[in-house]
Amino acid sequence: MRVTMVVDGVSYTDEVEPRTLLVQHLRETLGKVGTVVGCDTSNCGSCTVHVDGHSVKSCSMLAVQADGCEITTIEGLARDGQLHPVQQAFHDNHALQCGFCTPGMIMQAIDLLADDPDPDERTVRHGLEGNLCRCTGYQNIVRAVQDAAHRLKPAAQADREHEAVGGGE
Amino acid sequence: MTATAEPEVGKSRRRKEDARLITGRTRWTDNITLPGLLHMAILRSPVAHARITSIDVEAARSMPGVLAVVTGADLADEQGSLPCAWAITPDMKNPPHPSIAVDTVNYAGEAVAIVVARSSAEAHDALEAIDVDYDELPVVLDMEAAVADGAVLVHESLGTNKSALWVFDSAEAGTGGNVDEAIAAGEIVLERKFRQQRLIPAFMEPRSVLCDPTGEQVTLWSATQVPHILRLMLALTLGVPEHKVRVIAPDVGGGFGGKLQVTPEEILVFLLARRLGKPVKYTETRSEAMATAHHGRDQIQRLTLSATRDGTITGLKVDLLADMGAYLSLVTPGIPILGAFMFNAIYKIPAYRFSCTNVFTNKVMTDAYRGAGRPEATFAIERMMDELAAELGVDPLAIREKNWITHEEFPFTTVCGLTYDSGNYEAATEKAKQLFDYDGLRREQAERRERGDVVQLGIGISTFTEMCGLAPSRVLGSLSYGAGGWEHAAIRMLPSGKVEVVTGSSPHGQGHETAWSQIVADQLGVPFEDVEVLHGDTQSSHKGMDTYGSRSLTVGAIAVVKAGDKVIAKARKIAAHMLECSEDDLDFAQGRFSVRGTDKGTGITDIALAVFAAHDLPDGVEPSLDSEATFDPENFSFPHGTHLCAAEVDTETGRVTIRKYVCVDDVGKVVNPLIVEGQVHGGLAQGIAQALFEEAVHDENGTLTTGTFADYLLPSAADLPSFVTDRTETPSTTNPLGVKGVGEAGTIASTPAVVNAVVDSVRHMGIDDIEMPCTPFRVWGAIHGRDVDTGGSQAGGGLGSIEGGLQ
Amino acid sequence: MIPSAFDYARPSTVEEAVRTLAEAGEDAKVLAGGQSLLPVLRMRLAAPTMIVDLGRVPELRGVREDGDNLVIGAMTTHYDVARDHLVQDHASLIARATETVADPQVRHRGTFGGSLAHADPAGDLPAVALALGAVMVVEGPSGRREIPAADFFVDYFTTSLAPDELLVAVVIPKHTGWLSHYEKFNRVAQAWSIVAVGVSLQVSGGTIAGARVGLTNMASVPVRAVAVEQALIGQSAGADVLRAAAEHAAEGTSPGTDGNGDAEYRSQLARVLTGRALAIAVGG
Repeated sequence: MRVTMVVDGVSYTDEVEPRTLLVQHLRETLGKVGTVVGCDTSNCGSCTVHVDGHSVKSCSMLAVQADGCEITTIEGLARDGQLHPVQQAFHDNHALQCGFCTPGMIMQAIDLLADDPDPDERTVRHGLEGNLCRCTGYQNIVRAVQDAAHRLKPAAQADREHEAVGGGE
Repeated sequence: MTATAEPEVGKSRRRKEDARLITGRTRWTDNITLPGLLHMAILRSPVAHARITSIDVEAARSMPGVLAVVTGADLADEQGSLPCAWAITPDMKNPPHPSIAVDTVNYAGEAVAIVVARSSAEAHDALEAIDVDYDELPVVLDMEAAVADGAVLVHESLGTNKSALWVFDSAEAGTGGNVDEAIAAGEIVLERKFRQQRLIPAFMEPRSVLCDPTGEQVTLWSATQVPHILRLMLALTLGVPEHKVRVIAPDVGGGFGGKLQVTPEEILVFLLARRLGKPVKYTETRSEAMATAHHGRDQIQRLTLSATRDGTITGLKVDLLADMGAYLSLVTPGIPILGAFMFNAIYKIPAYRFSCTNVFTNKVMTDAYRGAGRPEATFAIERMMDELAAELGVDPLAIREKNWITHEEFPFTTVCGLTYDSGNYEAATEKAKQLFDYDGLRREQAERRERGDVVQLGIGISTFTEMCGLAPSRVLGSLSYGAGGWEHAAIRMLPSGKVEVVTGSSPHGQGHETAWSQIVADQLGVPFEDVEVLHGDTQSSHKGMDTYGSRSLTVGAIAVVKAGDKVIAKARKIAAHMLECSEDDLDFAQGRFSVRGTDKGTGITDIALAVFAAHDLPDGVEPSLDSEATFDPENFSFPHGTHLCAAEVDTETGRVTIRKYVCVDDVGKVVNPLIVEGQVHGGLAQGIAQALFEEAVHDENGTLTTGTFADYLLPSAADLPSFVTDRTETPSTTNPLGVKGVGEAGTIASTPAVVNAVVDSVRHMGIDDIEMPCTPFRVWGAIHGRDVDTGGSQAGGGLGSIEGGLQ
Repeated sequence: MIPSAFDYARPSTVEEAVRTLAEAGEDAKVLAGGQSLLPVLRMRLAAPTMIVDLGRVPELRGVREDGDNLVIGAMTTHYDVARDHLVQDHASLIARATETVADPQVRHRGTFGGSLAHADPAGDLPAVALALGAVMVVEGPSGRREIPAADFFVDYFTTSLAPDELLVAVVIPKHTGWLSHYEKFNRVAQAWSIVAVGVSLQVSGGTIAGARVGLTNMASVPVRAVAVEQALIGQSAGADVLRAAAEHAAEGTSPGTDGNGDAEYRSQLARVLTGRALAIAVGG
């Protein structure tokens, strides 16, 4: 089946088997290997990307379901060589060790800040409950997300709107 | 050149590694593709013990895109036996360990057939066309059943399920008294049995391996902690010449001991790539990782402790059963033995005996998991200290203080014969008490008990130590380990003034690139940014013992320092020549040689350029500053710390909530406080998870029922508290940096702190133990005097809820 | 791992969806949000020959009022349901339970109707739909029919939907101004409920005029705790009444056993959690 999607600002049209997972399409066809697969039960959240402005687990979505959608991956966050404030905050707060969960964690953190630009610790922890990390004990991740919130308070909502432009529905 | 005025060591440098990890520019093994790449998939045994009576692969062979379908019989002559590097006793029973089963399967998940196809999807499609007939055999899963008379045998030919019995006795070793006499004379004698449940390391990156046989050297990329060991073991296992193999560990997504292995999949990918002459990749699913990547812990511990009525410990006897699983993997048999030297912990115990029986069962192998032997020992002794305090009716901190080694007594040789070089248990404990508000929480605990609150409060203590920096080669030799414990490093001074550091350590999340850069920047006086750390490729980093056992900083970084010393020594000769002075007249500081008493001098990077040109060097001096060193430690290092946990237990539901967690760790000198704090956080999360959440459960047939992340419960951010971490700093005297290692500390210390808190919260109800993990069901069962059966799967939730989608 | 191969259809109307499903026969599977189905397919625990994706049927989405009822389109995502003002005002228990489903990413994709049709006894939504007297609107080749929630859930993962029928909407009688709470008990945040309790109370002048209590994972189907409701109605909303009513929570249930709890423990949880849910609903 022929599908077209805009991924990190670039439009791609490809023939895909219906059974192809969105994450496989991103990784294997589009070369977006920044998004990774950590489990097969949609628990770990490593594969989190944004589809039409909302975080989803790209392992639990078929590529054909994303037909016509706008997708943002970890590789599409930095603009003009500038890290996204959440990326920067992860670096500054040592919110990653092995880094495997990090793309999904950052994508989900951006989503939760769009819903709540000034979250308390509990809100951050619950907002990340669909993302597993085995290295950090989460403490610095929580710290990074709250730090990022302060950095981008006015910008968070704009980000979501930006991503949703041209969205499928 | 730019000198670094402020020392790099001790600075919370943000990590160099992050730039690629936060932008998705990472090279995980599964990200790598090559022209003509083929994909391998593995058919795994659904049963835990069976004879394979037939395998029909014909239908699979003709499936679209399939290049090869191979069974164990096809590979029997070339697959060799997977290595076990640790024969703990001369008579240890070590059965042949095939990468793919030939005629018998001994655990569920063992490989029985493999498909190589153009795509992973086609390979998996073909697996479904393979038909295997099994003649099922009875299984033995429980260790106590396995060592009983008439037990079902995992390996019939061995005649027993006991692999080895390993004993240390302080009287026989001459390091202490006779424990049986001590116990016979004990005014207080406590006996306890603890169970270390089976755990799954659950690194986030599933393992992946890619082999390219097309070059002169066969290149193997693998998500491994041990590229150097892997290369040697490929050579020894398969008989391929070592110099014809190159192993690369690219970015590796966590390990925690779980990737300290030579895996069947690495062997099989190598064999199939070689056979087909094309690159072949295998990436496991999470379900495969859960079922077949080695597990950790799994011991039954029986302890007998004797003491005088005033609380002074007089003897400790430890009897372990340790579950090996169905075979012995790389260091399987040695894991419990690493704990043998830690049961005495920080205490002055005059008589000690340790014995461990290693047992085969029809389960996947156990092997290293964060802490490896030491968490088990620390858990047991710290639980016993609480039990002794309860028996005597004294504060559990007081009983520890009565028995611990005081800071004036270092260096202290323990009842195991180890010499602890330094430590200050009093200082760490005092600091932790203050941060924790120990006295205040004890008051609140008393009030809640008095009121009969639904939510009771417990305080758990763990004053731990560990042995890090594996390991002095002579010690490993005395324990019959198959290799040394040294580490290698090299420093290359590039003509433009930049520096390449080659390390035999193989990081997979620890931040070596940053920490090594800080160390070298200080030592050579070059900017942090000018140092590049090369690792994880046997071509660039040709020699190494890799990363595990909190050894990288205490052994690997010391090798870097030793190599740096040689660079400076070489540069000194040339500097003296350039500056026309004697070497003795030169001072070296912040990257500059200066002639004492003058303003003359030259930078080490200027010397590197001069060496490159080599126009004017002193006679007999080779034109290179590059140096290498191999460091073999003389002793372990002994980090320690005091961890305090306040846990609230809901007596109506059994739920445990960590209210406050304070730890004060002493890991010696700290290179990067930010990285150290991160290591402690992560270690705490894993140790707490053992106490409260995680357990690998098998059904009566040997099937893993916690085989996905829906059933094997890793805590998320919402399930853990924020921790209060702090440090005291007592430098190690066994290495020039004064460092001790931090990778495992949090994991080792936290498990007993949490369980002690849980037990403490309900001790007034007559409870003196709750098995791990302390699930709500178990805690509730303990409070209500009920044995709870945590098997069965008749209710909704977990994989059952996923499988429900079948209908 | 990738699913086994299947054919894929993406209808744009309910009528087309029903026709496609009927033509595909019994090996077809409906794809709603896919948050339960996709993992099953990936692990090859199921291999349907045809997937009918409802994701592009606009009429299946959204929440609207219909007199004394709310109508929630089957394909409305959990995210949208939980934030919907109509749901918050008129069926707050649905909002409270929906907020606890799985995790944020799953709530962005997972759907209200998908969860109900999945009929997982450990799922959070069947019990609250049952408690509020939801009626399922289903459509098949022979037209539409309505199935009360009490008749919809038949057994573990089994509903009274015929293989060729689709759940298109859920009608929920308005419970405007009722006080609600969903008390979920699980071992880690993203795990399924060991037991959960949803309560909704209509309190007027300190007296409980209406009470709805649903139990998650206390049987092979969601359970309505009728005895608790009866013990509440007409009583004052005081702590003693709530506590006494909660003691009836396990009556008429048949909880299963697994590693997280046996029947006795689950019964205890049902009583304790009901008491807490009632107290929170009244207090908060």
